[in-house]
Amino acid sequence: MYGNGVSKARKIYIMSMRVLMWASVAVTCLLALFMIVYISVRGIPNISWEILSTKPSYLSGGIGILPDIMNTVYILIATLVIVIPLGAGAAIYLTEYASNKRIVAVIEYAAETLSGIPSIIYGLVGMLFFCQFLNMKTSIIAGALTLVIMNLPTIMRTTQESLKTVPQSYREGAFGLGAGKWRVIRTVVLPGCVDGVITGCILSAGRILGESAALLFTAGFAHALNGIFEGFSSPGATLTVALYVYAKEQGEFGIAFAIAAILMVLALVINLSAMLTGKYFKRRRNI
Amino acid sequence: MNNNKKVFEKAVHGIFLILGLVTIGCVLMITVYLVISGIPAIREIGLLKFLFGKKWESASSDPSYGILPFILTSVYGTAGAIVAGVPVGFFTAVYLSKVASKGVKETVETIVSLLAGIPSVVYGLAGMLVLVPGIRRIFHVADGASLLAAIVVLAIMILPSIIKVSTTALDAVPKEYEDASLALGATPVETYFRVSVPAARSGIATAVVLGIGRAIGEAMAVMMVSGNVANMPGLFKSVRFLTTAVASEMSYSSGLQRQALFSIALVLFLFIMLINATLGFFLKDRKGV
Repeated sequence: MYGNGVSKARKIYIMSMRVLMWASVAVTCLLALFMIVYISVRGIPNISWEILSTKPSYLSGGIGILPDIMNTVYILIATLVIVIPLGAGAAIYLTEYASNKRIVAVIEYAAETLSGIPSIIYGLVGMLFFCQFLNMKTSIIAGALTLVIMNLPTIMRTTQESLKTVPQSYREGAFGLGAGKWRVIRTVVLPGCVDGVITGCILSAGRILGESAALLFTAGFAHALNGIFEGFSSPGATLTVALYVYAKEQGEFGIAFAIAAILMVLALVINLSAMLTGKYFKRRRNI
Repeated sequence: MNNNKKVFEKAVHGIFLILGLVTIGCVLMITVYLVISGIPAIREIGLLKFLFGKKWESASSDPSYGILPFILTSVYGTAGAIVAGVPVGFFTAVYLSKVASKGVKETVETIVSLLAGIPSVVYGLAGMLVLVPGIRRIFHVADGASLLAAIVVLAIMILPSIIKVSTTALDAVPKEYEDASLALGATPVETYFRVSVPAARSGIATAVVLGIGRAIGEAMAVMMVSGNVANMPGLFKSVRFLTTAVASEMSYSSGLQRQALFSIALVLFLFIMLINATLGFFLKDRKGV
């Protein structure tokens, strides 16, 4: 293949490296394929309108996941509503206000630390702080607040990245026209961080949907059906927690696979939307 | 500028400063809570007895709280996941970054990010019903829920982040390095592994450290496949990790047992901080180049 200049030992090395690369790519792709096919085959036949639209009933012994779906929606809304202003605000402070390099370094280090902490520790501290110290009991809102801390670094990072693409000349132009700092932020900086916030929201939504360890002790695992306002203050399992409970504690694998299939589809949707919005914003920025 | 406006601007500045400091506040809160709630049990049990005790019998009438089994399980499990997952991730990353055409790269990257997006409980569920019975059948053991099952699940779970971070690092290697190597007569594959990979080594090291952090912190998937008995680790034994030790007894624990669980979380937190420090070291190293 390489003629006479390449010794036999080198050819063997090249060949084995090639084989290793191909094998690794094959393993990665087959794993993904296996997960998708296996979960779909076992899960999709178990999804029915009845499961999606009812709550578990002790009388009929039937299991419905409507409460879990609603709880997931509640926790998603509550977390995002709280974390967006916090994260975006922190990012604006870092890029627009902070002049002290040491403070910036400390805040960024703190964000890095937060993103490395495992979710079980968030769950534990969330339980101690929100449920016990602030007396929120085990509730959706305590779970949401725990997730806020977890997702803060994500929103912060994506917003910061989008703010970096706002040209400095826009700010200078606004200042030159006599605008105050707040006015510049409101009219120039805030519109610039929209794409970062949206990207951050998509990433966070994926993390919130998949989170279980942090929610087990903060939001609990009740399956009661609640309206949105009473829902916040009462305990409730999200889809992921429900999957765990049904599979591990109750051995209801049919329901567990149905939830797993739903979660896979949602993960797929989130992935696609992250990719599409990323491409969209990139194109818009280049114009 | 009139006075009112100045006050207003100061107030806005103050609000943003507070928002910026929330992150620091969160880290402090987590640290303080873990230390405060983790220390009492360690004091009562004794640090050495707690860390190096081989027996965890929290439910017996004469309870003993030694977490050496959990620590060793977490270390072995993470090491196993790294040994199994890193080579696959590494070679995939080299392929994606250097060999694959643009279309193939995009497709495989989409597949990898899909793997990353699957919730850990879904991996746990698949592990419970495929891996655990599989191990039982292949190795003829009584129960497949074991350290080995946990290692396989963890290796799969860290794969996406290892591939992503390593690919980014390999993509960033200056083209001139590779051109020079090719011009000197090295074949493409030799160039990738002898020039590009060493040039991207700190990025790849970062990927490995991130993988370690993810593996040691994973709780739910591991809980579903590892059997959850407080044994000293063995490949086919039912084991309990630091994370799962906290998760499995928290809901019904009380008194010293509960405090001991907080102490386990503190130990886990220290492990994570150690990993973070290592990560910071590699990142700084990279900035310096």
